[in-house]
Amino acid sequence: MDLASAQVIGAGLAAIGVGAASAGVGFVFGSFLQGALRNPSAAAGQTGTLYIGFASAELLGLMAFAVAMIILYAR
Amino acid sequence: MAVQAKIDPMSQFMIHPVGSGALNGSPFTFTNSSLWMLIVLAVVLVFMWGGMKRQLVPGRWQALVEGYVGFCDNITRSSIGPKGRQFLPWVFTAFTFILFANIIGAMPFAIVPGGHPFTVTSQFSVTGTMSLTSFAIVLVVGFWKHGLHFFSFFWPKEAPLVLKPLIAVVEFISFMVRPFSLGLRPFIAMFAGHVLLDVFGNFIVQGLNAGGLGYAISALAFLAVIFVNALELLVGAIQAYVFALLTSLYINDAVNLH
Repeated sequence: MDLASAQVIGAGLAAIGVGAASAGVGFVFGSFLQGALRNPSAAAGQTGTLYIGFASAELLGLMAFAVAMIILYAR
Repeated sequence: MAVQAKIDPMSQFMIHPVGSGALNGSPFTFTNSSLWMLIVLAVVLVFMWGGMKRQLVPGRWQALVEGYVGFCDNITRSSIGPKGRQFLPWVFTAFTFILFANIIGAMPFAIVPGGHPFTVTSQFSVTGTMSLTSFAIVLVVGFWKHGLHFFSFFWPKEAPLVLKPLIAVVEFISFMVRPFSLGLRPFIAMFAGHVLLDVFGNFIVQGLNAGGLGYAISALAFLAVIFVNALELLVGAIQAYVFALLTSLYINDAVNLH
């Protein structure tokens, strides 16, 4: 296998992590909605926590994307 | 690879000198990044200046700017407390710059040939510098207020004695990773979004060139570009908010040491 094919395959494998992170982001927002619909009056005070959880989950997916880009375009 | 696609999504992030680029013998060069930073600055200045007329009954513009400043004030106050007001200038600056740079970078100025906007925040050197500034503020405030006692930040009080060194190591690593994760987040979000836009934009052109079934693919890709653009605006606002929120949370760790 030459280097170009290996790069493309590796980048595709690294992109799997983006999908895993999307499940994480969905879980964060879904859990927030579950809690917020049960006690809507307390939901407004927790949006900051919501975005922290979202940011932590999203960062890992973005890192997977960065790894894919590095593999794809590294010389 | 036999079928090497001609899509080159990286060229939009190239930094090149604007005009002659030379600044009278200085080692610095005036690049497209500098140009768009100045444009972002000009837009922010016009936005703020229009709302600072100090009318007793605020007009539309002033109400917008007041609400905007109040939003930033609320971020610092809710996470740092009453002492948070003195950190509002930096949080406000970071939030405003990232928000305006993200949104201006997603504007379709390219209908005018050569007017392709450069997203300033899609370079790690820009967002990394901003996150290092936040990190420096945390360190300076922490050591200024608490002296060497600031190191007790890594030493948990409630944990059992056996676990304490382990937790201290983990806390230290998570503390040192902060500037990277803080700067990486807005950078990669903008970077990924613009790569996606470029790829879908290329699909439109290639589908039109192919003809036949390609027209259907072009139409689908055109819809995708619209939705990705909307998503890009949303993500740009969220990333600016997350940067401001995390900066004030980190400052909170230094101000109110547990």
